Amino acid sequence: MPIIADGLTYVYGSKTKAKTTAVDNVTFKINDGQFIGLIGHTGSGKSTLLMLLSGLIKPTSGTVYIDGEDIFAKDFDLHSIHGKVGIVFQYPENQLFEETVFKDVCFGPKNMGLDKKETELCAYEALKLVGLEDEVFYQSPFDLSGGQKRRVAIAGILSMKPKILVLDEPTAGLDPAGRKEILDLVKNLCREKGMTVILVSHSMDDVAEYVDRILVMNDGRLEIDAVPKEAFKHKEELEGFGLALPQVTQAMIKIKEIGIPVRTDAITVEEAANEIMRVLY
Amino acid sequence: MFKEVSLGQYYQADSVIHRLDPRVKLVGTLLYMISLFVFNNIFCYAVAALLLASVMMLCKVPVGYMFKGLRAVLFIMLFTVVFNVFFTTGDILFEFGIIHISKEGIKMAVLMLVRLTLLIVSASIMTLTTTPNRLTDGLEKLFRPLKLFKAPVHEVALMMSIALRFIPILSEETDKIVKAQTARGAKFDSKKLIERVKSLIPLIVPLFVSAFRRASDLALAMEARGYHGGEGRTKLYPLKYEGRDFVSYIILALYVAVIVFLGIMSARIVAFLTPENSYLTLFF
Repeated sequence: MPIIADGLTYVYGSKTKAKTTAVDNVTFKINDGQFIGLIGHTGSGKSTLLMLLSGLIKPTSGTVYIDGEDIFAKDFDLHSIHGKVGIVFQYPENQLFEETVFKDVCFGPKNMGLDKKETELCAYEALKLVGLEDEVFYQSPFDLSGGQKRRVAIAGILSMKPKILVLDEPTAGLDPAGRKEILDLVKNLCREKGMTVILVSHSMDDVAEYVDRILVMNDGRLEIDAVPKEAFKHKEELEGFGLALPQVTQAMIKIKEIGIPVRTDAITVEEAANEIMRVLY
Repeated sequence: MFKEVSLGQYYQADSVIHRLDPRVKLVGTLLYMISLFVFNNIFCYAVAALLLASVMMLCKVPVGYMFKGLRAVLFIMLFTVVFNVFFTTGDILFEFGIIHISKEGIKMAVLMLVRLTLLIVSASIMTLTTTPNRLTDGLEKLFRPLKLFKAPVHEVALMMSIALRFIPILSEETDKIVKAQTARGAKFDSKKLIERVKSLIPLIVPLFVSAFRRASDLALAMEARGYHGGEGRTKLYPLKYEGRDFVSYIILALYVAVIVFLGIMSARIVAFLTPENSYLTLFF
């Protein structure tokens, strides 16, 4: 299910004096199974873009094609998109409401009109997928730890079996171990389950290691669309957008500045270590 | 979204009326409303309308905004007019079957209409020109004497300002939760009443949870910064009367004096203006 954004534009408060163009003429195509990192400073329009992609708000102009269908066409049933594109918002644990974890995860598939058995099967699979143990299934979601709540919330989306998963800063507010767990989970969903994943973040370090392609947003416009190594060559441009390179890449640039001839395109610790080894020996 | 939510109905502008001390506006509006009810004759209404018109000119708020409040009470107004026209007994002007329209009826209907309009517009002007926070400050100061009777004036005022402060936050939160649950396939637009109420559960539960969490966070943050109730507490922007406030009080006092005078003397003025059988009697 490829996603195509075609000239997407969204203007807040178009009827009032205080107009803000949150998304400005954005066009791109995302193929099946790609892991995309969508990066931008606060207020760059990334969250709005996500809501447009998942059909939650209607664009001012332009449209989105999912699986070749215009999702904002008049005769298109927008509700059907929710089973295809799963969106995990920031702090998704805030949307938990049921008495038990299991019931909460059942909410999505039940709304899709699946019968009881199918619903429970989907919920069970989703909870297993996010790595929750059976004993938490019948606890109240409000009694869980922060990291566990977030997994329950993500399971609530995965239970609808979307082909495309969109995550808005899924690691916000988690400790380093929690971050790594969530990111590994997302990577796993993409690599092994073949989902298309769009991960929104403002941290380069989060995405550098995992994604196939980086989209950089600034002031509503799509400024850079490239593979990570390419994207990080635009150091000045990125800094102009208030974004920093991954710490590893920054370190490599520093090393080069003091006269050691390393290549500066390393984006993971491992690559950096290998490069330093190569130069030293 | 959030940016489109306006707090209360405050209209941002820079006018004398906006700058007036909220206490003046509160006392003024209250006295004005009382004055509309105490006397019931055309002279008083004329003076009242004159005062309101001058305030309207001074306050730099588009006229449409001031009359917006009338829409909410349109039904009540229609109701009063119809009742007064048809069910007031007096000199019959027009008769058709069981319908009687009397001179007194028309007079009462018109007076009620004018009274309601003045009432609503004056209240609108107060809320349009005063931020909710200033209003609460004003109320707190005005009700301070009640502390002698152990009324929790400061606490109630604080609760009011916190409640007002949280309206935009909660509305933003609602927006987020609605979107999140919609993405999970929730439908909030069902036609059946029971389903519609049921569909609100996934919205209301998270909203309450977050409201309680925010409340306890706020309480902790306030205590951590040394909040210990109203005793000896000072304000960042203390309310202080200035020249224009005293002038307003004087105008208000004059207004009350004129209204009372006209109210008492109205019978004599009417007698003076309307010789027997003049068509003018219709108005009084």
